[in-house]
Amino acid sequence: MHDSRRRSTQYSGPETRSLTARLALYAAVLVGAAIMLFPFLWTVITSITPEGSLADGPTLIVDNPTLGAYRTLVDALPIWRIVLNSLGVAVASTAFQLVTGSMAAYGFARLHFPLKNVVFGFYLATLMVPLQVLVVPLFIEMKTLNLQDTYFALLAPTIASAFGVFLLRQAVSAVPLELDEAATIDGAGHLRIFTTIVLPLIRPALATVAVFAFMGSWNSFLWPLVVIRSPEFMTLPLGLSTLQGQFTTQWDVVMAGSVVSIVPIAIVYLLAQRHIIAGVAHTGIK
Amino acid sequence: MSRPARWRNLGWVLFFLLPSAIPLFVFTLVPMVSSLWVSLHRWNLISPMEWVGLSNYSNLLTDPMTRRVFLHTLIYVVGYLPIVYAGGLALALALNQRLKGRAFLRATYFLPVVTSWVVVALVWKWLLNPTNGLVNQVLGAIGLPEPGWWTDPHWALPAVILSSAWKDLGFVMVILLAGLQSIPGDLYEAAKVDGSNAWQRFWRVTLPLLSPSTFFVVVISLINGFQVFDQVYVMTAGGPAGSSQVVVGQIYDLTFRYGRAGEASALSWILFALILVITVVQIRGQRRWVHYA
Repeated sequence: MHDSRRRSTQYSGPETRSLTARLALYAAVLVGAAIMLFPFLWTVITSITPEGSLADGPTLIVDNPTLGAYRTLVDALPIWRIVLNSLGVAVASTAFQLVTGSMAAYGFARLHFPLKNVVFGFYLATLMVPLQVLVVPLFIEMKTLNLQDTYFALLAPTIASAFGVFLLRQAVSAVPLELDEAATIDGAGHLRIFTTIVLPLIRPALATVAVFAFMGSWNSFLWPLVVIRSPEFMTLPLGLSTLQGQFTTQWDVVMAGSVVSIVPIAIVYLLAQRHIIAGVAHTGIK
Repeated sequence: MSRPARWRNLGWVLFFLLPSAIPLFVFTLVPMVSSLWVSLHRWNLISPMEWVGLSNYSNLLTDPMTRRVFLHTLIYVVGYLPIVYAGGLALALALNQRLKGRAFLRATYFLPVVTSWVVVALVWKWLLNPTNGLVNQVLGAIGLPEPGWWTDPHWALPAVILSSAWKDLGFVMVILLAGLQSIPGDLYEAAKVDGSNAWQRFWRVTLPLLSPSTFFVVVISLINGFQVFDQVYVMTAGGPAGSSQVVVGQIYDLTFRYGRAGEASALSWILFALILVITVVQIRGQRRWVHYA
């Protein structure tokens, strides 16, 4: 990992930077930022433009802004429930992966048992297999158990993630064994060592796993598309894609749906921005 | 260690491992094995399975449709990767400078990364709408030709590539920025003392020392790129006329539209094998170009 002290001596570009070069750099990064932000702005503008004015495309300043598209949206889909579904499933799947992942990580890093490497090999095998290989049998499994159109079906494939186990095992292995030994002398068992010593020390890795679990669930589309039919159990990506099928040419309604899907994650992002970016950066190093 | 001692921990082992082992077994390992089994049958998900041995695989490998969906997926990957890498690197280099508002810019570039693929695909489908989309209005205003984007067989894949690159630019930037920040500053000082110019330092110091991050970006992008689905499904549904159908889209359609689950499973294993081979080749080949400081 890099440490912040290094930043002061870090490379800061050509040292003979003229004012024009600096201005050009600023212009470039600002144009880039505009390209990143503008589609979001355009989405909002489209969603409040009256349907009749969309034929020639919306304008930056909306003449008669209206919430009509949002009203149509609310009538077409149980959109608030869908927002809550998305949030609830993402939170639950994150919580599950943190608990199951950190426990397994402790098991693999700290306990000795026969065939440990073989068991770990099985975990790694599940890490490599992509969802599309599993989709058909998983769908059949859910159908046979009569679990189509349930929250359980949405959650099931994300209760445990081998990626999380793998990442957390690295973190647990980095915790000095002496800490465990000292605690053992004080009479602590595995459960207490796990909860009071290991867990607090692997917080950065837990944050990374949480970020990936949450984003993974929030963005998940293929699995909900396969296993959910009724709108009450849809998550946002699926709800939006059915909305598109229903209102093919009514872009104001589709964009209203997009705005509703962006707002919750944008709030989460604003609150946890530093952790999210750090979490992603963390996976790239090492 | 004596035998009883080795097994003494068993209770704890079960306690710590079962919460993850059971779901991974039931929802990943079992479907994995049954997917192999299904791939050896003809099956429409309803009537009983019919054993066909390896003929799903041999049929797929000779089917021109398979070649087409793999070609489209390859075009996607080959178009997408250079754009996100070059763009992400440019942004990372820019934000590695002492700029005012750096944190704000970084957060802005990263915003599309947290937005779901479905939203990104819909927003870009609207921006790239051939008749009243913003992009064509701008192109028309400055006198450039207005492509049909997702309604035109030649432009459907470029439309998908463009929107995907827009979404992932910030992800690549963050990974590369972390890589840049882990390059020790004294290496640049040493290079300067040796009389190198900025351009030489970029090629001789920055790029080689950034190679672990580059490697990570390339491996992840190829793994994800070959599994592209969401944005294609939403933007073009594989159309027009199958011109943007990708492998995972074909797996989905084979299963749920044509009732050919056996072939779909076989295709998913062919794709998995391909991804595995590409990844292993990269890991083997990394010694040639990846330098760990």
